[in-house]
Amino acid sequence: MDELIRQQVKRRTFLTRATGLGLGGIALNTLLTPEVLGAAQKKPWPGQLKKLHYKPRAKRVIFLTMAGGASHLETYDYKPKLAAMNGKPMPTSFTKGQPIAQLQGQKLKCLGPQHPFKRYGKSGQMISTILPHVGSIADEISIIRSMHTEAINHDPAHTFMNTGTTISGRPAMGSWLLYGLGADAMDLPGFVVLTSTGGGQDQPIAARQWHSGFLPSRYQGVHFESQGDAVHYVGRPGGVNLSRQRDVVEAIKKLNRMHGEAVNDPEIVTRIAQYELAFRMQTSVPELMDLSKEPKKILEMYGTKGADGSFASNCLAARRLAERGVRFIQLYHRGWDHHGGVKRGIAGTAKRVDQGVAALIKDLKQRGMLDETLVVWAGEFGRTPMAQGSGRDHHIKGFSIWMAGGGIKGGTNYGATDELGYNAVEKRVSVHDLHATMLYLLGIDHSQFTYKFQGLDSRLSGVETKPIILKDLMV
Amino acid sequence: MKGWFFVRRYSFSETVAALAIVAGIVLSGSGDAEAAVDYNRDIRPILSDACFKCHGPDKNTREADLRLDTFAGAIADLGDYAAVVPGKPDESELLERLHSTDRKEVMPPPKTGRQLTDAEKALLRQWIKEGAKYDRHWSLVKVKKPKASGMKDAWIKNAIDAFILRRLKEERVSPSREADRVTLIRRLSFDLTGLPPTPAEVKAFVSDRSPKAYENIVARLLKSKHFGERLAQYWLDVVRFADSNGYHSDEARSVGPFRDYVIDAFNNNKRYDVFIREQLAGDLMKNAGVEQRVASGFNMLLQTTNEGGAQEKEYLAKYVADRVRNTSTIFLGLTMGCCECHDHKYDPFTAKDFYSMGAFFADIRERGRGNPPTFPVPARDQKERLAGIDKQIAALKVKAKVTTPEIAAAQGNWEVQISQKIKGGLRTDLVWVDDAKVPNGKKEGGWNYITKKQGPVYSGKQSRRQVASDLVQHFVIGARNKLTIGKGDVFFFYVWLDKQNPTQTVMLQINDGSWEHRAYWGADRIPFGRGNGPSHKRMGDLPTAGKWTRLEVKASDIGVRPGAKINGIAFTQYGGLVYWDKAGVNQSGSGLTDELVAILKKEKGKRTAAEASRLAAYYRSQTPRNKAIARQIESLKRQKTRLMKNQPRTLMTVSTKPRMIRVLPRGNWMDNSGAVVTPAIPETLGKLNVKGRATRLDLANWIASKDNPLTARTLVNRLWMLFYGSGLSSRLDDLGAQGDSPSHPELLDWLASEFVESGWNIKHIITIMVTSATYRQSSMANSILTERDPMNRLFARQGRWRLDAEMVRDNALAISGLLDRTIGGRSVKPYQPAGYWRHMNFPKRRWNADSGGNLYRRGLYTWWQRMFLHPSLAAFDAPSREESCVQRTRSNTPQQALALLNDPTYVEAARVFAVRIMDEGGKTFESKLNWAYLAATSRAASRAEVALLKPLYRLHRSQYKVDPAAAKALLAVGQKPAPAGIDAAELAAWTSVARVVLNLHETITRR
Repeated sequence: MDELIRQQVKRRTFLTRATGLGLGGIALNTLLTPEVLGAAQKKPWPGQLKKLHYKPRAKRVIFLTMAGGASHLETYDYKPKLAAMNGKPMPTSFTKGQPIAQLQGQKLKCLGPQHPFKRYGKSGQMISTILPHVGSIADEISIIRSMHTEAINHDPAHTFMNTGTTISGRPAMGSWLLYGLGADAMDLPGFVVLTSTGGGQDQPIAARQWHSGFLPSRYQGVHFESQGDAVHYVGRPGGVNLSRQRDVVEAIKKLNRMHGEAVNDPEIVTRIAQYELAFRMQTSVPELMDLSKEPKKILEMYGTKGADGSFASNCLAARRLAERGVRFIQLYHRGWDHHGGVKRGIAGTAKRVDQGVAALIKDLKQRGMLDETLVVWAGEFGRTPMAQGSGRDHHIKGFSIWMAGGGIKGGTNYGATDELGYNAVEKRVSVHDLHATMLYLLGIDHSQFTYKFQGLDSRLSGVETKPIILKDLMV
Repeated sequence: MKGWFFVRRYSFSETVAALAIVAGIVLSGSGDAEAAVDYNRDIRPILSDACFKCHGPDKNTREADLRLDTFAGAIADLGDYAAVVPGKPDESELLERLHSTDRKEVMPPPKTGRQLTDAEKALLRQWIKEGAKYDRHWSLVKVKKPKASGMKDAWIKNAIDAFILRRLKEERVSPSREADRVTLIRRLSFDLTGLPPTPAEVKAFVSDRSPKAYENIVARLLKSKHFGERLAQYWLDVVRFADSNGYHSDEARSVGPFRDYVIDAFNNNKRYDVFIREQLAGDLMKNAGVEQRVASGFNMLLQTTNEGGAQEKEYLAKYVADRVRNTSTIFLGLTMGCCECHDHKYDPFTAKDFYSMGAFFADIRERGRGNPPTFPVPARDQKERLAGIDKQIAALKVKAKVTTPEIAAAQGNWEVQISQKIKGGLRTDLVWVDDAKVPNGKKEGGWNYITKKQGPVYSGKQSRRQVASDLVQHFVIGARNKLTIGKGDVFFFYVWLDKQNPTQTVMLQINDGSWEHRAYWGADRIPFGRGNGPSHKRMGDLPTAGKWTRLEVKASDIGVRPGAKINGIAFTQYGGLVYWDKAGVNQSGSGLTDELVAILKKEKGKRTAAEASRLAAYYRSQTPRNKAIARQIESLKRQKTRLMKNQPRTLMTVSTKPRMIRVLPRGNWMDNSGAVVTPAIPETLGKLNVKGRATRLDLANWIASKDNPLTARTLVNRLWMLFYGSGLSSRLDDLGAQGDSPSHPELLDWLASEFVESGWNIKHIITIMVTSATYRQSSMANSILTERDPMNRLFARQGRWRLDAEMVRDNALAISGLLDRTIGGRSVKPYQPAGYWRHMNFPKRRWNADSGGNLYRRGLYTWWQRMFLHPSLAAFDAPSREESCVQRTRSNTPQQALALLNDPTYVEAARVFAVRIMDEGGKTFESKLNWAYLAATSRAASRAEVALLKPLYRLHRSQYKVDPAAAKALLAVGQKPAPAGIDAAELAAWTSVARVVLNLHETITRR
């Protein structure tokens, strides 16, 4: 046993030295068997980056995905001119030759902002009145109003936002980070996804959005369910109490160890470690999701009564995951796809999201964790300034997101769309820019963070692009 | 000279390790220390990785107008200097730049993060010194069969071993010893069928003294029906087979018959070239039958969308790109994906090549948005069942034509009687209602059939009992086999009135479009109709109770005219108990056709043979025997109709007028400025010699041609991976410049040509692979091997790995005895955590687990939902199959532990396994545990293992004894009931032991 580990450590040292940086020119998947390394170390989630490229500003990411495509025009991008043009034809100079989803071939008319905006905080950020709680953290967040993306339908747009390409089979950003940085979580996965719904039509979300793609599958996000077992198969079978389960797991471990000594197979050491982690998860996961011990004050702050699968309770779970050393926490709220009735619809969705997200920022701050946690609020795209009946269609040419926490200068904003909120015109930010910036904040140079796949040094920020690091919005 | 060579062989320094790794080989091996530097093996990997991105095939990103991927480019005059001056390293700017210490000068630029090692620089210097020879990339050069090495060694069993051993000798490494027989039969069984060997098979092989024992096992396994399943499991990953569309709402699609096609193809050892043609262009093949059209579903396996707002044009562009990307990966081992947006940076493929390849698929009828259409085909078992039914029908028809002596005699009697009757002007009863014979309309009221045991029956086996205190009736309406009324026809029916419970009235009602035709006997208690006219005709008193009476009424008396078509008949009574039987119409004439009457009127001897046989045929048709046959045939035909109606549907390619394909600049589907292209293979690989527009079939023929340098290499490389753990070229998806040079290039080529020469014979090439001495080696790595060859690129030992996701499942089910070995059919749904599908929408869906045998089918039949793949399969690295997957990752995660510990599939398998352990494992704990180990690991339990598990068993037995509810709960996991009367505590304790055994690393490992 000891001999085995010694050999693996030796091998690891050899490989690490032999490959220089540890990442870059070589195919890590075939050389470093991360499982072997994992077993030799104490942590279940060792990172593969041996050295960070920059001093990290943040340790982890909480990514709040506003799935369905939140309208920027009713949230963060105030357009008085659009209000003035309400009901008038959309100037064709904006729309000619542009891809349009469901409005294809229809007469295009302007739809003014459906909710008033006001200035919030010392910084005086213009934010819609449907997000008063977000208003209360206006001085913590940096709003980017010049995002643009490439895919106009939900599924490819999510794929693009999560993986930097619309082609399936590429790793999600959470997988990239877990692969590079590992995680401190001892009893939990390093990349966790939570979902909630309400307020609009429930666009489907595919498990590919948190898939590890070509990275080893252990870096895949684990989707915590709000019903049944939070993690698949974490519940014991009927009639098997904790002590009997422990007996079984102990026996498996000991027999595997005996076998390992006989056949000299390093995979067995990993297998043993994974059974240990699995066994711990059977306690740690239910404990994590049990919000009943949170003080009443905290529950009230988030606006939840307990683990009910709501966005608010997921925000609270996100804080708990962050505390436990999970590297990437992604919350989806599926309810922003307002093709019709955007006025009422978006107010309803905002209400479900507003308090929880503000509470999360405040809660992280009061625990001293905000500085080391990067929080991102983003949909997969925005919505058209043109009406689709009483709603808005998908829109990729300009939309808004915000970031807060680790390394971000709060109370600021960046970039702008044109006067009607159609095109991002000032300091345009692509999804690749966003990814590169996130990596930078975590101490990683996006161009050196690669993995060889199909002959290419693939990277989250895309092999073809030269992304901009958004230093303007950093502290 | 060549210090690095020396170092490489006899020492193990970091420099060398780095070199070897960068070059993509463990120990770069040309046998001869004096051999020249080899461009493909030694140089191209360095140039490709470090230089081609800016100095390669893509003209749009080429820097300084320098290209290093061709000889002409490398030696081009760049003013007064050249990058490469053959034979003169010191005059070559390339080397100058590599060694420069000036950050602005040095190549590759520091910002790329790629630096050349000293060893790499030395190699480049040596290469230039030797003349800077360029070779075409190895995989693009036509395969030439190398001579099998003339090496003689007792170890060698076939050609593979000669190549492997030659390299080993060069490296001064010895092959590993042959694995023991238990390991060998386990390895072969998993590799060739995906299932573990039974203990009996292991025992037979271990004690088989025949020199051909090993080859016999291989032959047996290759003949197994499960061989096709095992290979199909791999091929379905490669072609991205799934049960759902993949995009957006991920709707279900029906494509099971394609999987059956693949299984059958491997089982029947279909030639690989035919297999390629049928999949890519089965619909275009001459005499394309169902099989070819099912195979052509291949082109439709891609992801499609049905999203409301989807852009038609965008998705059509996606489909073109998907097919080019995947087809080139699937058959050619090429990565053309990059060319969707730009010329390839490493391989000589252009964006134009990409779209020209796409144009081959432009004839496929499809929409950008919408689910691709499916077509019905006979299912695997339906084919057999339909054929069986046809056979039965044919046999019955033959039987119906036989005139037995008894029938002949009876016909004689009948002829006498009927002839007399014809002469006497007879009447015949045409029965409309009797027993099961009821006009095929809507039956209403109580048709309460009774048998002779239950009461009086006049005709056949049943009568109908009708009892009430007042008005009651049963009737049929809307009959499709209408009864046509002739002149003088009389309606009749039979009744038996009960003495104890007499009725007051019986009534017959006839419907010829209206019910206004009624006759009644007895008191006027039934208010239907009026007066004493045809709608309410009194016929007289009730007949005598306690016996059968035939009652009749003339059609004309109740207003039914000749020519009327009767579609309903009602049997009505007022109070009491009445038994009703046979009813119909009595008609004038014999009921025979005029033709038959004419024949009968002739004297026997004067009838022609045709007439005699016509008459005999009629008579036979009236015999009870033939009536029974007719009913059987009817029922078989109904079965057939039902089967045809339930035929599974599958995707197929339908060819239509090709749509226009343009090069999309930077892959932008909105950009219409690109050139229109016609179907063509990548220019660097040649030109198709066809007249007019080339078709998919032309593409298929080119891929499946023996001259294609990639096709055979790609497949044998992948087959090698299946049996050795990694490819000879370790990048199974990329044989291009950025792939890995093969560890044994000559072996790869030898196998490729042997494969083609054998007639693309997959079983032949597999036989060679699994009977070699190389294959039979032990997988135990000694410390020398782990250190010198950690990735096993020399194949001085076998590989070992955790079973694939489906096999993990199949193995547990097989060990427990639960496995349902049915081959083929629709996808099935085993247990899956509740609510897992609730994140899908449009429409909302629920996973409804199957029941019975379908819960225990092999993993390759599990419903493959691309967006939400079954979590137990996903945990063990089954891919989503959104894109072609030619090699799965093999992870080792806590989710795997959780699945094996807690997924009801495995808990149920453990508890069913436990029942077998108790039943079949003998009397003692030791014998039972041994039995369990033999079933799960093919070996007996060691003393240490017994010592470890016995206390667990005892402890759990005592716990379950005092907690019967817990035992009951454990035994209730899964649908298979525990045997009645079994000792629950004992079974629960053995279930704990069985869970341990099924979770062992050894149990789920192929080695």
